[in-house]
Amino acid sequence: MSSAHLDCIKLGDALPALTLAPVNRTTLALFAGASNDHNAIHIDIDYARRAGMPDVFAHGMLSMAWLGRLLTQWVDQRRLRQFSARFTGITHLGHQITCSGKVVELFEVDGERRARIEIQTANQYGETKILGDAVIAL
Amino acid sequence: MIDKKFIGLRLPVFHATAEAEQLRFFAKATGETRAEYVDEAAAHAAGHPGLPLPPTFLFSLELKAPSTAWRDEMGIVPSRILHGEQGFTYHRMAYAGESLKFETRIADIYDKKGGALDFVVRETRVSNPAGEHVADLRSVLVHRNV
Repeated sequence: MSSAHLDCIKLGDALPALTLAPVNRTTLALFAGASNDHNAIHIDIDYARRAGMPDVFAHGMLSMAWLGRLLTQWVDQRRLRQFSARFTGITHLGHQITCSGKVVELFEVDGERRARIEIQTANQYGETKILGDAVIAL
Repeated sequence: MIDKKFIGLRLPVFHATAEAEQLRFFAKATGETRAEYVDEAAAHAAGHPGLPLPPTFLFSLELKAPSTAWRDEMGIVPSRILHGEQGFTYHRMAYAGESLKFETRIADIYDKKGGALDFVVRETRVSNPAGEHVADLRSVLVHRNV
């Protein structure tokens, strides 16, 4: 990422959004294996029903990985200082998630200029699923 | 209710390594196609010593902890857990093949809704084979008691 791009970052700037394909069972099975998260609630409908859920649902960390892509397609990962997420809603099968973010603060820590980015995921109905923030070095 | 006496508990220290093949699988599962995340030569060309761990992968390595006995000890029932929050503070990059050290403590336990929900906060320090501080992870598990 060129430093010119970073020099131009200002309050209110929106990151280029990232929209994913609708979540399906294959997505969840692959992510379970790839992410070492073998919790059956995400892959086994019988287990999910016994736990009181209507069906399996997406791992929160799958959406957080997508938010990671949102950030690192905008700036080099080596500039990422902090990244946090609150899982406020469940991402169900069929939900098509869009990741978005905007610059909400510019500040300096130990001589390093930084930007705070407010990030979120929402489904195709506009329901927010994750709220979070990230800090990048400019 | 989860007993608050477990606040401060240190979990067994362990080491875990992200293998390149696992990172390629993770890239496939998350739709990541950029070459520096899947191809060593491209990673080198981008100035990385190896395939970089994407931002959330340290959480996946933490899941490789050899023992989850602490959960049973604390009375946590796996089917009642929800992931409430996850945070990362990064100090340096981590790469495929590095044996990373994970040191975790239970930082806090609190309840809400009259004890219907317990929150367990875990903090993990990750360091690399050179002893350098790679990152700090903060996880909040929500445990439904009813």
